[in-house]
Amino acid sequence: MTGWEAVIGCEIHVHLQTETKMFCRCATGFGDPENTRTCPVCLAHPGSLPVPNERAIEWTIRLGLALGCEIAPRAVFHRKNYFYPDNPKGYQISQYDEPLCISGSFAVPGPDGEKRVGIVRAHLEEDAAKNVHVGGSGGRIHGADRTLVDFNRAGTPLVEIVTAPDLHSADEAKRFLQLLRQTVRELGISSAEMQEGSMRFDVNVSVRPEGSDELRTRTELKNINSFNFAAQGIDREIQRQIAIYEAGGEVEQETLHFVPGREDAPPLRSKEEAQDYRYFPEPDLVPIEPSAELVERARADVGELPGARIERLEAELGYVLAEGLVTSGRDELYSRTAGDRRTVANVIMNELAAAAVDPAAVDPQELGKLVEARERIPRDAFTKALAASGDAGFSAQDYLGEALIADAAELDPVIERVLADNEDQAAAYRAGKEGLLGFLVGQVMRETQGKANPRIVNERLREKLKA
Amino acid sequence: MGHSFARGLGRGVIDTLRLTAEQAIDLLERREASGGELHNAYLTAIDERDPELHAFLTTVPEAGGDGVPIAFKDVISTRGVETTAGSKILAGYRPVYDATVAARCRDAGLPLLGKTNMDEFAMGSSTENSAYGPSRNPWDPERVPGGSSGGSAAAVAGGLAPWALGSDTGGSVKQPAALCGVVGLRPTYGTVSRFGIIAFASSLDQVGPITKTVRDSARLYRIIAGRDACDTTTVALPEPVELPASDDLRGVRVGVPKELNEAEGIEPGVSEAVARAIDLCRELGAEVGECGLPRSVEFGLPCYYLIAPSEASSNLARYDGVRYGLRAAATGIRDMYEQTRDEGFGDEPKRRIMLGAYALSAGYYEAFYGQAQKVRTMIRDEFAAALERFDVLLSPTSPTVAFPLGAKTENPLAMYLSDALAIPPNMAGLPSLSIPCGLSEGLPVGLQLIGPQFSENLLFRAGHALEQALAFDPVPARLA
Repeated sequence: MTGWEAVIGCEIHVHLQTETKMFCRCATGFGDPENTRTCPVCLAHPGSLPVPNERAIEWTIRLGLALGCEIAPRAVFHRKNYFYPDNPKGYQISQYDEPLCISGSFAVPGPDGEKRVGIVRAHLEEDAAKNVHVGGSGGRIHGADRTLVDFNRAGTPLVEIVTAPDLHSADEAKRFLQLLRQTVRELGISSAEMQEGSMRFDVNVSVRPEGSDELRTRTELKNINSFNFAAQGIDREIQRQIAIYEAGGEVEQETLHFVPGREDAPPLRSKEEAQDYRYFPEPDLVPIEPSAELVERARADVGELPGARIERLEAELGYVLAEGLVTSGRDELYSRTAGDRRTVANVIMNELAAAAVDPAAVDPQELGKLVEARERIPRDAFTKALAASGDAGFSAQDYLGEALIADAAELDPVIERVLADNEDQAAAYRAGKEGLLGFLVGQVMRETQGKANPRIVNERLREKLKA
Repeated sequence: MGHSFARGLGRGVIDTLRLTAEQAIDLLERREASGGELHNAYLTAIDERDPELHAFLTTVPEAGGDGVPIAFKDVISTRGVETTAGSKILAGYRPVYDATVAARCRDAGLPLLGKTNMDEFAMGSSTENSAYGPSRNPWDPERVPGGSSGGSAAAVAGGLAPWALGSDTGGSVKQPAALCGVVGLRPTYGTVSRFGIIAFASSLDQVGPITKTVRDSARLYRIIAGRDACDTTTVALPEPVELPASDDLRGVRVGVPKELNEAEGIEPGVSEAVARAIDLCRELGAEVGECGLPRSVEFGLPCYYLIAPSEASSNLARYDGVRYGLRAAATGIRDMYEQTRDEGFGDEPKRRIMLGAYALSAGYYEAFYGQAQKVRTMIRDEFAAALERFDVLLSPTSPTVAFPLGAKTENPLAMYLSDALAIPPNMAGLPSLSIPCGLSEGLPVGLQLIGPQFSENLLFRAGHALEQALAFDPVPARLA
């Protein structure tokens, strides 16, 4: 993409995991039987009226503060009017030109330093119900026999965050989205699980000649539910747009819909429909005027942000490990576990993650003991210990009993036996087939049931084969 | 027609044509009648006279309470009792919950008599826009009872209910009360919960009592008013509701807004009756002066016809055939929407949905809806200025007495003008009370009393004093 710069902006939707919905007292929840979390308000029965969820307002303010936003002294709910079966009132209660949080700036550390992403707004709205297309071809609206509507999700509080077009590569966008997700999770307002749909994002992509500050026609990528698909989709779209411009063409404004379950396939394209939502202030609700006390309380609930922690850990670990630990929610365990910093980081990031152990369940002291003994105990003992490290009452000591055999006097007879049993291979090694060393090491490890220190076995074998 | 008699236990005659709610309360307290007997007496009256008046869409056979029975406009959600808002699109719809006002009446022990006829979605001034046929005026069945709460007004005037609830967006309680010779209160916006009231224009809708007397109005207002956690636009009443007792108007400054009293189209007989009432105010000790509301009267109606249809276009979007009510047999969601709404809505809702959708659309919003909101602020300011000089403002409620059925159905604008005098205070969020102040050509004339926000007690006091002095007989001559 020499000569071109990508311009990327994101819209992120986050479900607030309040106990009840945005405008009624129905429980929020994922996975309950269809239409069991409903009432006259979220089913839009005639005469029902919305009552705003105060906690959702407080949480949106908390999020806004974490995103560096100003909290508007007066915010207004608007009605966004459109017909769709998942929109029971025929309008969505949202915010329009007077959102709750405005003009933010969010710091995203990167390998080449910190990037500040402008936050245009963060506003509060209600989610739609869920249309379920039955019959026909696998959940797709086209060809479905009929559509059923599950209103459990209708009215779930949803925050929409809109960034400025400040991101310039797929990697940057991915880093931003991952950090944002972790921030949301740490604020305690949402699990931000993309599989459950509690976090979703749309990305706007355009390209321009490097050095220019124009904004060209953008396309919108919708329904992305993984960071990797986002990055792939953005890259693909950047390349496509560049190819169009280089061929002398024009990019058309359109929307690219990812198909759930087939996100790695090229998305479906559709022309952007100019829809008139006939926004007007919601007459059933009075404006929100957050008190100073409320804003201060929300501010007190914002801890050290993950972005700041990445910057703090970067000095000792480098950006990649620091970012990985923080955005996967593992840096607290890292910070509390003693030992060689890189080793601790690697164990937590790679081995502990591979063992699918919840870092929050791990006792840092016991983990420290394990890391310290890592070189001295058999590999599978270490792996087993790690896998169990999240269990209640886990004690590293139980796994440290079997130290590795590192004593040459103990290993030499085994090595000699192996060489005697494998004369052909030994001869071939000596003749130059050095790759056979691994085979011979393996034989020794087998003879010792994996208890030999592989480093010492290596050394001794080389020496004996030289002889 | 004769008087109605209680069914069954014949302990005494219950004259439903004359009995006020307050008198009914006395009967109950003195144990001269039970709630069930009262309920039956009114059901008998309904059996007798409703075939002609068509005030009711639904009646409830069993008395659910031992108090004075009540009728609700069919815009008020009643659990398990069909609630249609006068529309075919809600035929057969039975709410799963009670409106707050319905719950408060039930908690006060008022048994529901039934649901009254209305213009579809409260859009109209004659009840002729009901999908279930018009109601008729008890004073003259060839004439309309007004609207949109025409069924409630006809029921009270015709002795089919001792009191009733209506809803008033642009005069829908006051105007039918005026045309039927009964008392109608449009309360201060925000004092009566809208929860469970099928919405027409949310920023204007307000439920109000329709009664035979001002004291009954105050009694019913006391039951329904007050903050409701389910309607965040409600507020607590700044002072308790008082039952008016004073017969004079000493110390009350009465303003006569020139434009509201001299507007084009006010019938001479209406002006004369109102003028007599104004003279009476002086006799009762009020200070009477003239004032002006030029912009409120000039712009009130056009402003209303931008704001109310805009909100209605959005409020009526939920009637889409997906969850309840009518669903047209069509394949495909778009066709289902279009056919359901085409078959389900009558002409007036369709007209207002189109008006409103247009006024809210991109490129027109500022010029129409946005501008109307600014004008509304101006109207509020103009009323506030007039109400600094005066405690109460007086005018006719409606420019005309009850008009013949069909007289205005072909001309929506003529129909809209029927509310030209009732709308301006509504736009300002103010309370207003209509009381009968005499007859013109044998038909009742309504007097509108307008006060500042939360001045219901004052309106009741002034209305009661005038009512005593006027000694209007609320029983239609032909039924007496």
